Amino acid sequence: MRASSPPLAATPVQPVTSLAVVARRAEAVVLPLGALLVGFAVFSLFLLVQGKSPTEFFALVYRGGFGTGFSWQNTLSRTAPLLLAALCVALPARLGLVVIGGEGAIVLGGVGAGFAGVVLSGAPAAVALPLMLGFAMAIGALWIGAVGALRHFRGVNETIASLLMAYIAIALMNHLVEGPLRDPASLNKPSTAPLDDALRVGNLPGWDVHWGLAFGVICCVLAWVLIDKTTWGFAARIAGGNVRAAQVQGLPVGKLILGFTALGGAFAGMAGFFEVAAVHGSANASLAGGYGYTGILIAFLARHNPLAIIPVAILLAGFEASSGLVQRRMDLPDATVLVLQGFVFMAILISETLYGRFKIFAPERWGTP
Amino acid sequence: MTGPRAIGVETLHMTMRFGAFTALDDCSIRIAPGSFHALLGENGAGKSTLVKCMMGFYHATAGEMLVDRREARITDPKAAHALGLGMVYQHFTLVPSLTAAENLVISREDAPQIIDWRSERAALQDFMDRMPFQVPLDQPVRALAAGEKQKLEILKQLYLGRRFLILDEPTSVLTPDEADEVLGHVRQLCRDGEISVLMITHKFREVTAFADEVSVLRRGKLVGGGKVCDLDHTDMAALMMGGTQLARPAPRSGTVGAPVLDLHNVTARDRTGLKDIRIDALTVHAGEIVGIAGISGNGQMELMEILTGQRPRQTGKIMVKGTPYAARRNEALRHNVRFLPEETLQNACAPRMSVAENMAFRSFDTNGARPRFWLSGRDIRARAADLVRQFKVKTTSLDSPIAALSGGNIQRSVLARELSGQVDLLIISNPCFGLDFSAVADIRSRIMDARNAGTAVLIMSEDLDEIMELTDRVLVMSEGRITYDTPTSSADIGTLGHFMGGHAG
Repeated sequence: MRASSPPLAATPVQPVTSLAVVARRAEAVVLPLGALLVGFAVFSLFLLVQGKSPTEFFALVYRGGFGTGFSWQNTLSRTAPLLLAALCVALPARLGLVVIGGEGAIVLGGVGAGFAGVVLSGAPAAVALPLMLGFAMAIGALWIGAVGALRHFRGVNETIASLLMAYIAIALMNHLVEGPLRDPASLNKPSTAPLDDALRVGNLPGWDVHWGLAFGVICCVLAWVLIDKTTWGFAARIAGGNVRAAQVQGLPVGKLILGFTALGGAFAGMAGFFEVAAVHGSANASLAGGYGYTGILIAFLARHNPLAIIPVAILLAGFEASSGLVQRRMDLPDATVLVLQGFVFMAILISETLYGRFKIFAPERWGTP
Repeated sequence: MTGPRAIGVETLHMTMRFGAFTALDDCSIRIAPGSFHALLGENGAGKSTLVKCMMGFYHATAGEMLVDRREARITDPKAAHALGLGMVYQHFTLVPSLTAAENLVISREDAPQIIDWRSERAALQDFMDRMPFQVPLDQPVRALAAGEKQKLEILKQLYLGRRFLILDEPTSVLTPDEADEVLGHVRQLCRDGEISVLMITHKFREVTAFADEVSVLRRGKLVGGGKVCDLDHTDMAALMMGGTQLARPAPRSGTVGAPVLDLHNVTARDRTGLKDIRIDALTVHAGEIVGIAGISGNGQMELMEILTGQRPRQTGKIMVKGTPYAARRNEALRHNVRFLPEETLQNACAPRMSVAENMAFRSFDTNGARPRFWLSGRDIRARAADLVRQFKVKTTSLDSPIAALSGGNIQRSVLARELSGQVDLLIISNPCFGLDFSAVADIRSRIMDARNAGTAVLIMSEDLDEIMELTDRVLVMSEGRITYDTPTSSADIGTLGHFMGGHAG
């Protein structure tokens, strides 16, 4: 018998960055950017109709999000949960699953972290913090992993299931923080008992931004390595590209679905942990702050590429950070930024249909008129 | 009431270009009123392009069309319908859950908002009485046999008042008996002067038995034709293929070895979930090609899915080389089992991934015998470059999305992936769907080479000619069961057709 794979030929291999690769990368950058600009343009019309100035709006967004050291701090603190929430969308998306219920895993992860913090009250931080983090991630993994399991074993649509489960998660959180886990001292905002000061996560050395940012960036890099550089990630990309082909190749599609949804959920749970341990100090309704939903937009804008998530998350965090300033200066309601996100999201979804349509990004068709 | 009379149609210098590619080149065909005209040609010869131009789906780059000896400008299918031109497609366009009567009435362009069924029924019965053949009007279409459905498709065209019919491979989903019946009726309608017909086909037998005239296309050009009575099969084949020398499969050699694939009492649900697939016994030995013939939709797809592990089975055992086989990746690797599903782009490729990546699907996670964790882009590219050269895949770049390649080159890429290295069991479904002659010949000779080298091959095909040419043993699958098993050398087409139609057994 011959060896199962033919010997590698000594033929010269084309350079790794061939024209086709460059063109496809350019397409993956230009189309989302174009969609972003279209979204901005439509939003500008929306402002003009109300008699407001788009230039003033974008100038204020710049000032409020990126203009000063303080605004950068504000932006970067909001970036941390967005990075993790976007990963919860991007990882399953590489398998072809549209999971939009990361909010549920964030909320329950936060409650889990708050609860663990109360139980571990008095324990040394070096023991308690990893346990709290692990507990939050495990809850998130179970929650979104359950979405993957419903999809794989029962054929339940993962988009609907994850969205509905997010509502259940928020209701469950409200029940827990107003009931069994409520700190009797929290009068007007029902919360779990405040964490010991020792169990609070501090800021990055020299920055006024908590550690969640560093963890979020590291998780994005790890997720990119997983997807782009390992055979598991390649198997997932095959399954995402065509699940029938993956099945014919005998790839463990079920395990990949469970693994990738659970990992995404674990990242969302981590976001919940940092919201509790670094921002709020206890678990309460503030956990359902919409990070999970903004994460969907970020993941789509980043084409589900974990590295691209980092700049996109910073951009979107800047918009959210500036909403207070916009509200005060332009007399626009708080929800204005949500309207902007909606327009951008519509533009992104429409741009998804344009891939492969432009000849400039397809060198194989350049010769033909 | 006299029926509408048949009309003649003529194309003059019809040319259709797609970019730099000329699909149809200066093609002039005349179909006389009341004649049954066959259009022959291999895949990609321009037959479909020609009829799509005639029906207004495409706008020809140049050329004109005469309908009933008057110049006609057909801008869209509606205009074609208005002139009395109609088309029957390869696959049914009836609504399965509606009855024949409902299908007929809703297909009318002037179907009323509120249907007065009493008067419509009377009109339909009146129409049916004038037709030379009937179809039950009150059964849901899904309950009709394939032959009945095709008859209904033709009746629908007559009901709509069409006087010129284009039939696009109308018998591809029928048994030989059903095909003969349907085409017999069509010929009778032509004789009666009700319609003229242009039929796309690649079956010489149907041309000789039913058509009056034939035109042959090759690479978009009209290369010949004439009265069917003046031409025999050799002439037609010569016209279709031109001077191309096709790779003949190597002669059979070697001896049949030990059993490689064994199925025992395998049962599973079919696609609809209503019927069972039941394979009592199926064995494929090393060094033989076993073919499964059958009309599409009789469980071949499900059998393929059972073998690839995509469809759970309820009972039974699948053994490969004597050990139970559950279609896991490591089992396929250990036993050198390869699959070649039909329509490779949809079933065996990730269309947006690159050629190199698609070629790596089978090997990316192993390095010889050791599993890999880190992906090696360099090995993937080196291997792909090697395979592209060996299998003569035409691609601008290894990094182009595989969907940018032509059908034949996609098929070659997948063949390269699945046929390289040692192959002990090869399971194939319709390998030559939609490919041109040279690609077909290439693929068939590679399959024969694998057999001669000792591979056990199981091939499911709807093309009886392919089965007769390639296989050593032929089985017939009908209604989810294997109903007939015979050595190919002693197989008789008539008997096979009988079993395919589920009439015997």
